[in-house]
Amino acid sequence: MLATATATEPGAAAGLSALDIVLWGVLPYVMVVVLVGGLVWRYKYDQFGWTTRSSQLYESRLLRIASPLFHFGLLAVIAGHFFGLVIPMAWTQAVGMSQEFYHFNALFVGGIAGVGTLGGILLLIYRRRTTGPVFMATTKNDKTMYVVLTAAIVFGLWTTLASVFEGEHGHNYRETVAPWFRSLFIFQPDLAAMAAAPFSFHLHTLVGMALFVIWPFTRLVHAFTAPFHYLFRPYIVYRSRDRDRDGNRAGAAAARSSGTAARRGWSAVGTRDRDTRNR
Amino acid sequence: MRVMAQMGMVMNLDKCIGCHTCSVTCKQAWTNRAGTEYVWFNNVETRPGQGYPRRYEDQDKWQGGWVLNKRGKLVLKAGGRVKKLFGIFASPVQPELKDYYEPWTYDYKTLVDAPLGDDFPVARPKSLITGEDTKITWSANWDDDLGGSTEYGHLDPIVEKVRRESEDKIKFAYEQTFMFYLPRICEHCLNPSCMASCPSGAIYKRVEDGIVLVDQDKCRGWRQCVTGCPYKKIYFNHKTGKAEKCTFCYPRVEVGLPTVCSETCVGRLRYLGLFLYDADAVTAAAAVTDPQELYDAQMDVLLDPNDPAVQADARAQGIPEDWIDAARRSPVYALAKVYKVALPLHPEYRTMPMVWYVPPLSPVVDLLRDQGHDGEDAGNLFGAIDALRIPVEYLAELFTAGDADRVTAVLKKLAAMRSYMRGISMGNDPDDSIPEAVGMDGQTMYEMYRLMAIAKYEERYVIPKAHVEQAHDLEEMGCSLDFEGGPGMQDSSPFGEASGRPVPVAVETFNALRDRQTSGAAPGETTLRGRVNLLNWDGTGAPSGLFPEKAPGPAAGPSSHPGEQP
Repeated sequence: MLATATATEPGAAAGLSALDIVLWGVLPYVMVVVLVGGLVWRYKYDQFGWTTRSSQLYESRLLRIASPLFHFGLLAVIAGHFFGLVIPMAWTQAVGMSQEFYHFNALFVGGIAGVGTLGGILLLIYRRRTTGPVFMATTKNDKTMYVVLTAAIVFGLWTTLASVFEGEHGHNYRETVAPWFRSLFIFQPDLAAMAAAPFSFHLHTLVGMALFVIWPFTRLVHAFTAPFHYLFRPYIVYRSRDRDRDGNRAGAAAARSSGTAARRGWSAVGTRDRDTRNR
Repeated sequence: MRVMAQMGMVMNLDKCIGCHTCSVTCKQAWTNRAGTEYVWFNNVETRPGQGYPRRYEDQDKWQGGWVLNKRGKLVLKAGGRVKKLFGIFASPVQPELKDYYEPWTYDYKTLVDAPLGDDFPVARPKSLITGEDTKITWSANWDDDLGGSTEYGHLDPIVEKVRRESEDKIKFAYEQTFMFYLPRICEHCLNPSCMASCPSGAIYKRVEDGIVLVDQDKCRGWRQCVTGCPYKKIYFNHKTGKAEKCTFCYPRVEVGLPTVCSETCVGRLRYLGLFLYDADAVTAAAAVTDPQELYDAQMDVLLDPNDPAVQADARAQGIPEDWIDAARRSPVYALAKVYKVALPLHPEYRTMPMVWYVPPLSPVVDLLRDQGHDGEDAGNLFGAIDALRIPVEYLAELFTAGDADRVTAVLKKLAAMRSYMRGISMGNDPDDSIPEAVGMDGQTMYEMYRLMAIAKYEERYVIPKAHVEQAHDLEEMGCSLDFEGGPGMQDSSPFGEASGRPVPVAVETFNALRDRQTSGAAPGETTLRGRVNLLNWDGTGAPSGLFPEKAPGPAAGPSSHPGEQP
């Protein structure tokens, strides 16, 4: 991989450290392998765990504000990432969009979306911590996920806000991060471009990759089954009792014979006694 | 025409004594698990009353069911597909736990473990949601037997509506009030709005028997079905993050046994059997303009199983011969369509519900007797129905979208049956003018009497078995509640309580259950370990099993973990 990169851009290899190669040449592919492999594995073996694990039943006053704020903000953020990373600068210039205009839009719209997302998740975390039942239903897995997710948002917002204050001298990620991102898809990572980006972008990218690595193993998986097919399916669903859903009858039979623990979803009623817990 | 079979239920409300046995046995069978503490697939409501969850019938608030739009097209009351998707991040009108109740247990352990002292130890109520001490303020049947109805009675949405129309019809003063019980399960509708609301397409209707189930693997916890169901019979399991609902006890029904609620019903008021219906006609029937015509439309969808043309179509659709035969003998078809005494619950929700109710008549008989009349004379009864203590308007709001005449007609049939049969059992010649007065002949009325009064088990429950040649497929059904693995919050698995491999409910599971029920050994011998068991204690001595076995080590406390039992 490195050989390819250096072969296409011989001049750029000079300033690359081994760390740069690992971080920007190896890690992204490891991340994709874990993400895709993890999703496939979980979809195959843990459909029952594939859910939003909504806590709306416990509390909905705060959720009603925070959750849409976070999710819609995030959708805008994702759209912004697409615009900034995938669409080359040459294209926007070709349609007559000046650098200043692009920059202003990216900061203005991106800033609003970012602040909304951050505000949303902070409110969600506040709710999760302060509403008793919601906190009780929070797993260690959830907590880890929240740390990484919040870090990714905070560092991302930092890169955006930093450009606001740096003004015209700010870093143009469309000349560093974006070309690197696109080069990953043709398996010729432009390491030098990414290495040239400032620390804040490096940090955001690394945390983002960490988020994608843990993604398949957290409740975030629900995003990958966003129900767009609802728009097209018939309202009434008939299904035969006899039809095999996934065609893996043998697998299910094996799982049954191996299942000696308490049946999932069939655990006894009760909560941990809170009086004996340290608070 | 597309003939399909549908398992249906009829409940004769005259016989319901409100004992809640159906609710309790259902809960023990299906929802005695973490995450479903507040879930009652079957509940019994005292009417008038708010129901469960509170005021679920107030569709202006809860937005359940279907409505007709301006162009007369059937649409979900809570909004179309796009609107539903936009509301997915925080379901706009989902009931919260406070609309149900906060489930609790008692701190029984204190009773046993408390050190010797001056005060008696007290078992405090503990919330099953937070684990903390709680104050009990509501439950699934808080207003049972009109408890608190002088204060809460006006909150019944139907009382509100009937009162708007006539102020003096419903009174809560003790000597003027009325009540009856309404047991409710999932309606297993022909046109289910929960299914239409599900973004994932996880809720489905079984082609063979019409039972509506949630595919626990496909459900992603978007919660739209909870809003969509106007009967609020889809519950959100807050531990697994999946929707759950009444399963019509499909593992029992498949082997020809009645549902748990029917089997254990003390009053024997439930009937189970098949309907044959025209699946292609359902949508049009649910879209008739006048809500009071929905009942007739629903009747037209049900097909006559004795009609050779229907039978031929059923065969063409692959419905087995024994199922067609069962449909001919179906008690629910007889009560709903032949005798026309069973009515659907809230037809105005346009879901075409398939659990039917025979409205209650008994109070009028008591009323007449108390007033010194012959409570079973046909003339007296007919006259008294309009002055019924259960206002006909109230029943009409429940069963006929407000059409009081239809309810009166049913009640008159029931009254006529009483009178007619009284004459026969007194040794008089059958007075055929009585059945004729309600549009029946003597023979039909006698058959109706047999079915409603003395039908045996096999006549009340006509359940064709799922076919043996398909039995191996039953293991793989995509059905509710059939999953294995630890619950436990953090400690069970890396993904929290909801992860692991699914294990389907199989015929073996059912057989194991039946073996346990029919074997001589006392059930649950092992499960009583760790608790004080007073069942065999007569006040003297200490029979074996009275006290829990000594734990082998200090760390091993009493365990209620089913997986750890031998």
